[in-house]
Amino acid sequence: MKSRLGKVMLWLWTTILILPSVALAGAAKTAQIVIVADTRKFTGWEAWWTNLYNESHLYFTLLTIILIPAIGLAFGLMADLVMHFIGLDLKSRELAEH
Amino acid sequence: MEWLYVLMPIAGVKIFWPGLIILGVGVGIIGGFFGMGGAWMVTPGLNILGFPMAFAIGTDIAHMAGKSLISTMRHGKFGNVDYKLGLIMLVGTVVGFEVGAQMVMWLERLGNVDKVVRYIYLALLAFIAWMVFHDVNKRKAKDRAAIAAGREVDKLATGIDWAKSLHKLKIPPMVTFKVGGFTCSAWLPIAVSFLTGWLAGILGIGGGLIRMPSLIYLVGCPTHVAVGTDLFEVAISGLYGAGTYTYKGRTELVAAVVMLVGAAVGAQVGTVATKYIKGYGIRIVFGIAVVGCMISIILKLMAKWWPAVGAYFDGAATVVILGLVAAMSLYIFFKMVAGAKRELAAKKAKA
Repeated sequence: MKSRLGKVMLWLWTTILILPSVALAGAAKTAQIVIVADTRKFTGWEAWWTNLYNESHLYFTLLTIILIPAIGLAFGLMADLVMHFIGLDLKSRELAEH
Repeated sequence: MEWLYVLMPIAGVKIFWPGLIILGVGVGIIGGFFGMGGAWMVTPGLNILGFPMAFAIGTDIAHMAGKSLISTMRHGKFGNVDYKLGLIMLVGTVVGFEVGAQMVMWLERLGNVDKVVRYIYLALLAFIAWMVFHDVNKRKAKDRAAIAAGREVDKLATGIDWAKSLHKLKIPPMVTFKVGGFTCSAWLPIAVSFLTGWLAGILGIGGGLIRMPSLIYLVGCPTHVAVGTDLFEVAISGLYGAGTYTYKGRTELVAAVVMLVGAAVGAQVGTVATKYIKGYGIRIVFGIAVVGCMISIILKLMAKWWPAVGAYFDGAATVVILGLVAAMSLYIFFKMVAGAKRELAAKKAKA
């Protein structure tokens, strides 16, 4: 009984350790870092965006740090509307530490 | 199934976009609930989806800034954000972080600092986990004692009272934090934020994991206010981090925006869940998250101890983290749904 339990545990540990690395093997293939964005694959706004990245990291950064809070704010307000539609009270809470 | 993949313009890799949304939802829920950025969860997730590590970190920080802003908005409406405290702590955090980062560079010149950092991180997480569960046990003991004595259980009582002792230090200027509901020397939050920022700088993490319990146990914030105030800080410091990483060319904004779609929903779920879960409930789940994080770091250390089987341990560490994110997100989601159902039913009964 004890040895059977040992075998089961050994099996379990082997599965826990081996399975994830087999499943994640694909991730290892993408280790290279692209320094220059390949603009040839894109058209429209994507081409403009990649060109901006290649031409000026400063403008690219400025635009990114303006866009992130702006998009966050827009999504936040949209989510607000949806939550109000559900009918929950979203302006107060009663629970404290207990 | 080609439509499920999108080519990232900067990183140049094809990414499974529903994976980004799912990751966004998960980290939005957990971040909104615990008041932290969650870089320790997202970075390995993005790496699995196919991002090179450098892009994974930059993209994570960019998305973290937007997501924390969404959560802060919601927490602000609940009255969970002490903006005054957040701004004071921001100063200490930034200075501490820079000092910590410089210290790591100095240590790197002396030798391999990587292992030391991991051990410090592990010790710190062990201390936080001990602190949380010790607090919970002390609180339960207080409740039991009150019931045994026939007294009413104090709903505002806490297990660990370190903050009360620290509030007795009357070093001017004294500041009153209305939302937090306490008065203390301004040097207390500055010192605590400097310490947590310094540790975050040394460990190379965002710091929410350290700052949130520090706000509770050292500064003396109620749990909900600690969560909201920490998120306010993460939103600002995340934007700063996003700026520096983007300038180095390591941010994939398209991925960050796709993740924000999921995070906008997740952040609402996580934040609204704090309305239905008591302060100590949040602390217990946070303690479990810290223990999960510890296990994953131990597995990463084991990968370094035994390089021959290191890949297996590395894989297991990632799975532990993502499994934890999935399990906790589901728990918080179901708690939120149950609470919302109760609230709507009560409203209906009243009407």
